[in-house]
Amino acid sequence: MSTGIIGSDQRSGFTFAQYLTCLNGIVWREGLRFLHQRERFVSALVRPLVWLFIFAAGFRQVLGISIIPPYDTYILYEVYIAPGLMAMIQLFNGMQSSLSMVYDREMGNMRTLLVSPLPRWYLLFCKLLAGTAVSLLQVYAFLLIAWFWEIAPPPIGYLTVLPALVLSGLMLGSLGMLISSGIKQLENFAGVMNFVIFPMFFASSALYPLWRVREGSTVLYYVCQFNPFSHAVELIRFALYGQMNWVSLAVVGGCTTVFMIGAVLAYDPSRGLIRRGPGGGET
Amino acid sequence: MTAIDAPTVRETSPDNRSSAAELPALSIDRLSHSYGPRRALIDVSFAVAPASFTALLGLNGAGKSTLFSLVTRLFGVQTGRISIFGHDINRVPSEALRLMGVVFQPRTLDLDLSLTQNLQYHAALHGIARREALKRAAEVLARIDLADRAGSKVRDLSGGQMRRLEIARALLHRPRLLLLDEATVGLDVKARADILSHVRRLVTEQGIGVLWATHLFDEIVPSDHLVVLHQGRVLAHGEVSRVIDETATPDVGAAFAHLIKAATKSGNPSS
Repeated sequence: MSTGIIGSDQRSGFTFAQYLTCLNGIVWREGLRFLHQRERFVSALVRPLVWLFIFAAGFRQVLGISIIPPYDTYILYEVYIAPGLMAMIQLFNGMQSSLSMVYDREMGNMRTLLVSPLPRWYLLFCKLLAGTAVSLLQVYAFLLIAWFWEIAPPPIGYLTVLPALVLSGLMLGSLGMLISSGIKQLENFAGVMNFVIFPMFFASSALYPLWRVREGSTVLYYVCQFNPFSHAVELIRFALYGQMNWVSLAVVGGCTTVFMIGAVLAYDPSRGLIRRGPGGGET
Repeated sequence: MTAIDAPTVRETSPDNRSSAAELPALSIDRLSHSYGPRRALIDVSFAVAPASFTALLGLNGAGKSTLFSLVTRLFGVQTGRISIFGHDINRVPSEALRLMGVVFQPRTLDLDLSLTQNLQYHAALHGIARREALKRAAEVLARIDLADRAGSKVRDLSGGQMRRLEIARALLHRPRLLLLDEATVGLDVKARADILSHVRRLVTEQGIGVLWATHLFDEIVPSDHLVVLHQGRVLAHGEVSRVIDETATPDVGAAFAHLIKAATKSGNPSS
């Protein structure tokens, strides 16, 4: 065994190409990890498909959907919940990415990322983009299967929904990242399922229109209104039909910004939440 | 305290980088860190010169990993100052981090990726383009005798091979300071010896400054520099032979025991 490389890279600062190289590397690695975890891909697809094939089919006759924007005619319940299920894929993916960050931190892989000389906010942003890219693969795979189930938005909708999916993916990913910064151990992640994922999903417009919720409970209606996930669902729903929901765009855009800033601050070594106590294995 | 005083650190800019060779590879000046009420590091000062091997010796819980987390900016500096070739880790982290390679105590390789893919990922995190990264990866894998395993998954490697790969990865971006935190833990005698001699060659052949955290006396030789860390305080630092002389003991182990005993007796490890 002989020694390593002779010479030293001594440039100052980073070029645009180097930033791009870093982004490519992080997205590429996330993609490889995703491909290596086929069970993750299958389970990410099975979850919404179960809702679509079983839950929606069962509730089709129970839950009538009146004509509400962006739909211009009566629709089947399956058609109504499809955008909610797309957002659900992104919600689970965002939280799964944060789970992988906790895992990476426990296993040490996260250190490789955090000791990179590129700015930390940029590294975290790349990580978010990578997670979002993976969620897009899952969503489009879901849309393909849903098409065979006669859930067929206008062809242009497959394109117009893309920016909405990117934005909602970033919002949910940055929320997951923010949450991951406060989780010290992998075991604590079960709490995220109970306290974040389920309440966000059920207290939203994913499964039922909000006017229906209002009939049942005004309080719950306002909870759903304040839930950013509801706005992610509506943003996707409108975009899938080539329309824009400006309020949802503003809410999702605003929440993405806030969550992202929070995550960057949380991973800032001088202010962050990731500093571990003496019990955290750092001595 | 057995002393070689930490040199005064000057701030450098990219313009006067040529003078960086005169600066210490790593300078730690009056560094303290607490986890809530518990003080993990107390007024720690020492320096690592370029082309030198400095052993950071301490028992488990002495504060070695906290020190590494601070030097690599995983934690923020609360009190004191850390500089890499004159670049303050707080003020110019990018410049400081790009001059540094790190091997952490826990394994930080992605087990499901191949050796080359792990190296490529690390290269990307340093902004090294794909073609150059592949070239460097092939070079380092050849140098650590793992070229024939380039496409294998990392999980198929032995513990010693993984460590060699981690060291190679830490050198991929051509740093001038290498930090290794208990790099030989869990390895057999031969693998330990191989890794240690590999790192020592990096010092002599390439002029890399090395900070080698350990709790094993047999990894230290008289010509090394030594920093003894105990309960967050530096008990001694300087050339090993000098520490042995000043403690009037026959070897590093005895010197270490002497220092710990003296610190415990006085009730204040720093006295």
